[in-house]
Amino acid sequence: MAKVVIDGVEYEVNPDNNLLQEALSKGLDLPYFCWHPCMGSVGACRQCAVKQYRDSEDTKGSIVMACMTPATDGTMISIDDEQAKDMRERVIESLMISHPHDCPVCEEGGECHLQDMTLMSGHNYRRYDKKKVTHRNQYLGPFINHEMNRCITCYRCVRFYDDYAGGTDLAAQASHHHTYFGRYEEGVLESEFSGNLVEVCPTGVFTDKAFSEHYSRKWDLQTAPSICAGCGTGCNITPGERYGTLRRVVNRYNAEVNGYFICDRGRFGFDYVNSAERIRSPEDIDITQELEKFRDGDAIGIGSPRASMESNFALREFVGESNFYSGLSDIDNEAIQLSLSLGQDSSFRSPSIKEIEAADAVIIIGEDVTNTSPRLALALRQSVRNHATELAKQAQIPAWQDAAVRELAQHERSPLILLTPYATRLDDVASDILVAPPSELVEAAGVIASAISENAPKTDGKRDSATQIADVLLNAKRPLVVAGASAGKIEYIQTAANIARALSEKRNETVDLCLTTPEVNSLGMAMLTNKENSLGIALNQIIQGDARNVIVLENDLYRRAPHSEVAKALEKAESLMVIDQLPTKTTEQASLLLPATAFSEHEATYVNYEGRAQVSFQVHQNKIGALPAWRWLSENPKESISSLSERLQQSSEAFKGIAELRPEISGTVSGMQVPRQSHRYSGRTAMRANVNVHEPKQPVDSESVLSFSMEGIPAAKDATILGAPWSPSWNSNQSITKFQEEVSGDLKQGNTGKALLNRDKSGSYLEIKADTSSSNEGLELALAHQIFGSGELSAKSAAIQKRMVDPYIGLSKEDADSLGLKQGDSVSLDGNGNIAAVVIRNKIKAGTAALYCGENEIDYHALGSSVVLTKAENTFNRGIENLIVSDLYEEGY
Amino acid sequence: MIERPLTKNIDMTRPPLAIADYESNDGYQSIRNIAKGMSPSDVLQKTKDSGLKGRGGAGFPTGLKWSFVPQGDDTPKQKYFVVNADEMEPGTFKDRLLMEGDPHLLLEGIIIGSFAIQADTAYIFLRGEYKVAEQRLKKAISEAYDKGLLGENILNTGFNLDIIVHTSAGRYICGEETALLNALEGKRANPRSKPPFPQVSGLWGKPTIVNNVETVCNLPGIFTYGIDWYQSLTKGKDHGTKLFGISGKVKNPGCWELPLGITIRELLEEHGGGMQDGLELRGFLPGGGSTDFMLPEHLDLKFDYDDIAQAGSRLATGTMILLDDKTCPVGMIGNLMRFFAHESCGFCTPCRDGLPWVVAIFDEFCKGQGTRKDLEILHEHVEYMGPGRTFCALAPGATAPLGSGLRYFSEDFEKLIKD
Repeated sequence: MAKVVIDGVEYEVNPDNNLLQEALSKGLDLPYFCWHPCMGSVGACRQCAVKQYRDSEDTKGSIVMACMTPATDGTMISIDDEQAKDMRERVIESLMISHPHDCPVCEEGGECHLQDMTLMSGHNYRRYDKKKVTHRNQYLGPFINHEMNRCITCYRCVRFYDDYAGGTDLAAQASHHHTYFGRYEEGVLESEFSGNLVEVCPTGVFTDKAFSEHYSRKWDLQTAPSICAGCGTGCNITPGERYGTLRRVVNRYNAEVNGYFICDRGRFGFDYVNSAERIRSPEDIDITQELEKFRDGDAIGIGSPRASMESNFALREFVGESNFYSGLSDIDNEAIQLSLSLGQDSSFRSPSIKEIEAADAVIIIGEDVTNTSPRLALALRQSVRNHATELAKQAQIPAWQDAAVRELAQHERSPLILLTPYATRLDDVASDILVAPPSELVEAAGVIASAISENAPKTDGKRDSATQIADVLLNAKRPLVVAGASAGKIEYIQTAANIARALSEKRNETVDLCLTTPEVNSLGMAMLTNKENSLGIALNQIIQGDARNVIVLENDLYRRAPHSEVAKALEKAESLMVIDQLPTKTTEQASLLLPATAFSEHEATYVNYEGRAQVSFQVHQNKIGALPAWRWLSENPKESISSLSERLQQSSEAFKGIAELRPEISGTVSGMQVPRQSHRYSGRTAMRANVNVHEPKQPVDSESVLSFSMEGIPAAKDATILGAPWSPSWNSNQSITKFQEEVSGDLKQGNTGKALLNRDKSGSYLEIKADTSSSNEGLELALAHQIFGSGELSAKSAAIQKRMVDPYIGLSKEDADSLGLKQGDSVSLDGNGNIAAVVIRNKIKAGTAALYCGENEIDYHALGSSVVLTKAENTFNRGIENLIVSDLYEEGY
Repeated sequence: MIERPLTKNIDMTRPPLAIADYESNDGYQSIRNIAKGMSPSDVLQKTKDSGLKGRGGAGFPTGLKWSFVPQGDDTPKQKYFVVNADEMEPGTFKDRLLMEGDPHLLLEGIIIGSFAIQADTAYIFLRGEYKVAEQRLKKAISEAYDKGLLGENILNTGFNLDIIVHTSAGRYICGEETALLNALEGKRANPRSKPPFPQVSGLWGKPTIVNNVETVCNLPGIFTYGIDWYQSLTKGKDHGTKLFGISGKVKNPGCWELPLGITIRELLEEHGGGMQDGLELRGFLPGGGSTDFMLPEHLDLKFDYDDIAQAGSRLATGTMILLDDKTCPVGMIGNLMRFFAHESCGFCTPCRDGLPWVVAIFDEFCKGQGTRKDLEILHEHVEYMGPGRTFCALAPGATAPLGSGLRYFSEDFEKLIKD
């Protein structure tokens, strides 16, 4: 700790930080633009000018930039100094000379950091009366608007997009006051994290295009703290609603999970909530009576990885534990159950995103993280920078000197080893890449495990690099092993566990083992399910006639098992109750179809890949009669979510603490609720005026600590229920620092979720079964995913659909040639009617067929581990033009 | 005794000396002296002792700069020596003379500097427009390789060196050493934050020395004729000779090698031949476009780093730009402002957005449409874009003629204010 004096007041500070960060941590107001808590300082904008004094004798002082000055012990600065204030006012005045006065029509208005900083700096009258600089804007795809005239040239966009997120198609161009931030030509921004530009840009250059189509001011949005349902990462988000429709999603800070950033699937994949196709409440039937039919005791229930803990639990209660079956495919069920048991293993630790960023040697086995758990990929991209931070430390360059640290390290990175069936979007920062068919990857991973410990299961084959990789992992400070369930290959997880166990054994400590989960509550549902109760068994029971009444919870079984088998079972069932949000092939066969609320329409708990339970609060009410699935299934129609989660907690030791995640209304000031609407929410008396000029009573939320109104006690310092952060004079998302213990620290009085998994079981090495199903005919299948398309619900969102591609099969040039296939041809898989487009990729190894199933257009579970391809008639829907892969084969190259 | 070590071989009426002729006139003798057994630290110490200061503008002691390069087993083995030949300072054309007139002298100096810091690769970052210099340097480099003065194991010292000529894509900011390094790496030519200094983390993050052409050309003399000789050259406090130049309306504009410490009047009258007939000197920028104006009353000051600084300006490149009494100072300063505004890299706010505003105001003054409000804004910008406020020295450099011009020629500005 060091002591610095700011305007005569002494503060204890961390000398490893810069003065701007420390001033903000202390709650002081000091304007800035180019500095970002995740991206450090570069000193471009000159907005955080302060006066620095050599010592107490020095009365003159000199102007320095707080962001570029270390918080060294004994530093004396003044923020209030007249010269410093004057400098900050001048900087704003310069920044504003060409900035259009279009705040009233600008979508950033009301949450604009530039507006805030302009006011804070005191510039209010434009003296500049010369010609302004204007720019042409670019088309940047369906996600992002571009309005360069608003640019204040803070360089944050390119520093996030290129430096932080590894993008290559956005850059600073031209120079002096013509500096332009854009692509080399118009076109879709390629990065999976482009949406963060909206939040990183301090003004309205990059705005949310999907939001534009039904725009509303920040203060007019009804919000609540929510969890992204796009994958199993559990990123914290703030969705906003107006006039009954969900308008947008923005990042919600969580120190341990997503920090300041989310991926584009999460940001743009919510729009299915507003779909006109949402399932509606059945009319003309007595639902209570219909439900009674399923209460005869022999109904079976099939759970869902995309339904909440509460709904899965309610279904389990409804049908009884032995009749509650997994809603995962059998292979996924086995994989997730294995992940779950590894999550309870005392040898391992399931790292949070923050911990992933701290890893200094990473090996990824088979999982295409960018497309399955994108936010984790962004964290892995930061982990390779730990070597740079280390080098900087040796050279006495502070870590916050971002450009200097990058310059020093150049391409020297912490090791990232990829074992993958095809090129991935992390290849550019990887130290070793093995591209091979899945079976070879498993074998190679086994060799690495054996190279680490002689106790690991013996694997045939030998690889020269294995010993080297073993050394890298053994000698790292914090190695990390990554695999996941998305690849549909349990052997990846098994070998990953063996590598991690070998490391744990040799290092005599717990080792980070990150096993991604594909859906928002994959792990939670697995925790509620008996391991043996697989979907295959359930379907079989139905087909055998042993189960007549079937309840399917928020699930399209056609995604989980061979289509013929599902069809057979569902036809056989006497009564089939399906509770879901949107129509699927499964809902078509329902005898009782009940509408379920979507993620933003109910309060619910989800368990992410780490076993972290997090509560997602209800943002808005569903107006078409949908109920949370658990409520349809509840015996007591008056039961509250709190009482249900209390019952869940008591059902097993495993769920201890899950009910405490919800703040109690009794804990708030005078028992008042926390408003979901901001204190500036407008139009309350006007929005219904076409119906009735009488202002109605606001809807009452009798269950939650949150209210559907402006009244109540704002979540001023209780960040657990902080929807949209706001603080006086900080209207943008930058206000989050006011809610953090320190910059990038924990939220004040907030929680980061509850770790459910006790790591107290001992485990052993896993034997990897030789693959016997392979017929040796055709090409070995490797399941591929797309960030835009593989998520079942996000794929129903309009913005996401604009980026989706048809099902495709990725092939090597060699295999394509021998099969007589060209880029973009259609092929039939095993001749059974499944059609995919051919994508020839340079890096794919001969013998591999990387299959992307689109929106379940391929009957994947009917395929074996290898596939025979035959040329088919071209049938295109979306085509493959939107496909972004780094190694696309192009004729002539 | 050699009195003009930098230009002794230069005769612009003929091509530069080929390597044989160059060597016969003591060329590469310094390398042979060093090869007799001097260690890199000996070379460094001797350079320090010589008192040589950087000729690129800042006047920082060369030996001291070199000593910041970390040496030893636990430091990066790869080091770089970079010659800043991106001569773009308005009014400055001295490095061009050296490179076109005697390219081997520069190469000889590069070998000395690279040896001192143990760099095995040296770059000459050359202004793109200097086509003749490029051809002549490349020819000289190839001659030096043939003679074994470049390449592997130079003169059996075990020291290897390659010299690469890189022609700039052309921005004034590339003359700023860290922007130069970014440009050399193929990046946007924005300056870098200092610290870390290039000596610690320079080209591709490795320890790097960036020296100006003229600085490097001083080295062969020091290592051929010795420190005593070198220090006897001067007429003032700083050591060695310096290239001085004059542009503007004198009878004989040009560039000459003269001892440091001569008076400004001597340069103007003896070498420049005095003002053209009918014109009187109104003021001058002593060291290129980014130095403060000086007045006729300063003519008897000595050309030394300190003396010029005491008059409120900088010796900088030592190439004067003259303002005569028939030229409008507002127009002249406006012209410089236009240059600096255009050459701003666009990284930091005061420079990027301050200079164009200044230019827009000058445009109106030059049309006689100035306003008192705008004059005040010009005055404000002098402080706003001054040292410490901006990321690098470009905008503070621009405020030098602006601030001093507003002070010395205020009546000219007043005259251009519309009533």
